[in-house]
Amino acid sequence: MVMETLEQIKARIENAISGAKPEIIPNESPSAQRSLLLDPAHAVEVAKFLRDDSQLRLDYCSNVTGVDWLDLIIKEKVKVKKVVEGVEKEVEEPVERKRPGYLEAVYHLYSMALKHGPLIIRLRTENRADKNHVPSLTPVWRGAEFQEREIYDLYGIIFDGHPDLRRILMWEGFADHPMRKDYVEPDDYEYEPTPHDEVLEKTKQHHSPEPKP
Amino acid sequence: MNEGLRSELSKQGIFTTTLGDLYNWGRKNSVWPLQFGLACCAIEMIATTMARYDLARFGAEVFRPSPRQADLMIVAGTVTKKMAPQVVRLYNQMPEPKYVIAMGACAISGGPFKQGYNVLKGIDRFIPVDVHIPGCPPRPEALIHAFMTLQKKIETQQLTGVNRPRHLDAEAPSEFPVPKFGGHDLEPPNNPAVWHAPKLVREP
Ligand code: SF4
Repeated sequence: MVMETLEQIKARIENAISGAKPEIIPNESPSAQRSLLLDPAHAVEVAKFLRDDSQLRLDYCSNVTGVDWLDLIIKEKVKVKKVVEGVEKEVEEPVERKRPGYLEAVYHLYSMALKHGPLIIRLRTENRADKNHVPSLTPVWRGAEFQEREIYDLYGIIFDGHPDLRRILMWEGFADHPMRKDYVEPDDYEYEPTPHDEVLEKTKQHHSPEPKP
Repeated sequence: MNEGLRSELSKQGIFTTTLGDLYNWGRKNSVWPLQFGLACCAIEMIATTMARYDLARFGAEVFRPSPRQADLMIVAGTVTKKMAPQVVRLYNQMPEPKYVIAMGACAISGGPFKQGYNVLKGIDRFIPVDVHIPGCPPRPEALIHAFMTLQKKIETQQLTGVNRPRHLDAEAPSEFPVPKFGGHDLEPPNNPAVWHAPKLVREP
């Protein structure tokens, strides 16, 4: 069975839930697998709609994962009107726009009942530091519980409404989130027979310099 | 007693030995491993004890579920940093004399997960290892070989003198510090009394 297009689903969500603003995220890669970005305020309602709607019945959340988006500087050329040598002209000027980083949780949904999917939905946090909350979808899809815990552990997204949000792979008291792109791993010496470059520099620190005779 | 005399006597049906030899003969043929496995290597360890490879031929069939009754710790599998304190604690709970076989790439160096943030790069950072087996996973034959290597080691241990085994040396430690969970890594990340960074082979 073929699922509705993303546009149709988006329109029906907007009809069914007032105030919900789903957004279609394009994908330029060969897979062209587009996804639906949900706004945090309505995410749980929209998720319930996706699960219970008779034409969608996305009852199976097969995968939840995280993505870390760093701050990005986007370079663009903008046309501006300028007075050059007394004449008003249209010239292109480069501008730099800063897109602040954020964390993202990505859910892959299928329907076991209607045998279709996947529908990919995304939730974004406001930033990577203090505003790192998104609503938990575990109350909608129970199977998301451990995977949301894993994302909390490795990316540091806090899922509001999760029944048991604890670290799952690392220990309580661990300070970092290892899957973040700016994670610095502890310098525990690793042996390599022919170290070079960075590894060599790191390696040398574990050997006290021997006095030369 | 020299070897010639001993062999002469044995031809006459007189068996001679030393207390040390007898003691080590008994020890090497009743090494009881601790029953625990950490990852995929444990499957090979289990296979080794089963009928086809039959570790029982070497007197090691009795896998003990309690560290109090075990002589040998086979570290079979990936030691995550979260698991490492428990492994060290189990080792501490084993009575002397005790031995360790580190089985597989993971247990000796972190193996395929060496670059990971959560895997200990070799259990020999915290406890003394007697035999290392490379392989991912090592075949049961390799574990048997390691076991025979350990038996040879036990056999040649002198009961007195400077090289006597740890359990006969009142000064030698029997317990090793259990690492704590820190904010970024285990604390300490290794035990300098048993581990130090290997020598750099290639200088620039
Ligand atoms: S060495 Fe290979 S087989 Fe053994 S625990 Fe590690 S990954 Fe598994």
